[in-house]
Amino acid sequence: MTTMTVRASEPERVPSPDIDMSTRLGGFELPNPVLTASGCAAAGQELAQFFDVAKIGGVVTKSIMLRPRSGRATPRMAETPSGMLNSIGLQGPGIDAFLDKDLPWLVERGARAVVSIAGGSVDEFAKLAARLRDAGGASMIEVNISCPNVEDRGQVFACDPRAAADVVQAVRRATDPGVPVFAKLSPDVTDIVAIARSCVNAGADGLSMTNTLLGLVIDTDTMRPVLAGVTGGLSGPAIRPVALRCVWQAHAALPDVPILGMGGIRTGLDALQFVLAGASAVSVGTATFHDPSAPLRVLRELRQALAERGFERFSDAVGRAHLA
Amino acid sequence: MPVQVNGEVLSLRRIGGYHAMTVVAPGIAETAKPGQFVTVAVGGPDTGMLMRRSFSIHQVHERGVYGGTVEFVFAVVGRGTRWLAERQPHEPIDIVGPLGRPFSLPREPATCVLVGGGYGTAPLFPLAEALRARGCRVDFVMGAAREDKLFGALDAKRISATLSVTTDDGSVGLHGRVSDALPGVLTASNADVVYACGPMGMLRAVSEICVDAGIPCQIAVEELMACGIGVCMTCVLPVVGDDGQTRMVRSCVEGPVFHAERVRFDDIGTIPADAVGAPEAVR
Repeated sequence: MTTMTVRASEPERVPSPDIDMSTRLGGFELPNPVLTASGCAAAGQELAQFFDVAKIGGVVTKSIMLRPRSGRATPRMAETPSGMLNSIGLQGPGIDAFLDKDLPWLVERGARAVVSIAGGSVDEFAKLAARLRDAGGASMIEVNISCPNVEDRGQVFACDPRAAADVVQAVRRATDPGVPVFAKLSPDVTDIVAIARSCVNAGADGLSMTNTLLGLVIDTDTMRPVLAGVTGGLSGPAIRPVALRCVWQAHAALPDVPILGMGGIRTGLDALQFVLAGASAVSVGTATFHDPSAPLRVLRELRQALAERGFERFSDAVGRAHLA
Repeated sequence: MPVQVNGEVLSLRRIGGYHAMTVVAPGIAETAKPGQFVTVAVGGPDTGMLMRRSFSIHQVHERGVYGGTVEFVFAVVGRGTRWLAERQPHEPIDIVGPLGRPFSLPREPATCVLVGGGYGTAPLFPLAEALRARGCRVDFVMGAAREDKLFGALDAKRISATLSVTTDDGSVGLHGRVSDALPGVLTASNADVVYACGPMGMLRAVSEICVDAGIPCQIAVEELMACGIGVCMTCVLPVVGDDGQTRMVRSCVEGPVFHAERVRFDDIGTIPADAVGAPEAVR
């Protein structure tokens, strides 16, 4: 690999502070707590041009579905203040191609693969989980029950405690017991703790919080919605306080349930906010579009931020903001 | 292999209605090929503008005084490009490249017609150099809405056997579109191959002419991108693959250069019902 990333290489001349950055997400042990976010890293190969994907805690793949999927029509994206609205619609190659090419590539690279799965029915989710069990190689499964870019908003399982639980239970039953199952939740609900509790009761080993917020942008020249899909998922730093609040609430209510926190993390200090609110690890998503080496940079900055605050172990910072 | 470089603005100059920025970007200049592009982060370190802006590469110099440089051309169309136009020499700029698939060049000397709309001509200049180095004849057709929206007419005249200019308002050259001038140029030059870059409507018109004339044509598209490196899936368009199947492919990594006859222009902005993975309801 001949990647030359001038900016990313500079700080490596400074010895990194000696901090135990290891963490756990259920039974999944990670050398450090920074991962990519689903839908913002494909399956890792593109980002590997810019940094070694084995050096971060894990690669969370774009949501995999049973069959190839073309996604939604273009335009699919609109830039918004400190964020973006997207309506990709889960375009992807399907589980066969993923298991054939993408997952083996991650495993060969020594990267830890967190496989995000999405389906239109409980049965589809269960089939995906079974395929992953048979194939092996996944360190964790993230169950995407909260993608806003589906034709039928009724498919957003994460908006209903019962539907969310049904999916989680089916996936948990079909998955290798040694592989943790995390439910990815939507912030677009009245009571996120109720959804979180329902998922945990159904067997979720942890929670990924949060997915995008449903949003809309209108072009004032054409006087029509910018996105072909009309609405889209809002991501980026603009949503950070909302996502952080969700993590805070879930950790307060369910302190023993591990949380993978995400939503607008761009810097190490952003990541630290999620950790202090209760996240045992974080995903860096939209920031990767702005800076392809963002996940590794955030890890470096988080380590530095912990050192500056006197932490010797990352895990001591998890949930720290809840202490009186 | 693309690299991310903390580059330095070497110069910024106005060319007609456009701006050309030259950036000291070691690692990009050395490997860039005609048709490839760069992305730059705009707005500074704490910017609220998260989408990188993508620009095709206009010129590269592998061994400048300060190291390899890369130049790209842009028009001020919004806040991001306005920020770019306000940069001063020696300011840092985060640049990634070279990205995307380049134009492929003929193996034997051939007669090549280069067609550009607006600043879509920018990537055609390094292409023309590469073609001429292979002994190819280059004929240039460029068009724009009006005279100040043409880019590089003088340079084009210097490096091409013939130059045809069109403007929508007739302020210079032929009153009309490049597609009005192209058939005559194809015949007069006895063209073997056509290369085009510009707005989608122009590419579509050029492609139709070339397909009808049976002349191979490569186009470089200017699709809206968010990441430029293949992870966001924003910049897709329907393209027919070697197996005859239509897929929604990323113009940043599978493109931006495509064979004209493979692009389903009629279906851009839709998911064709026969595309791989199209919604079953409409299949």
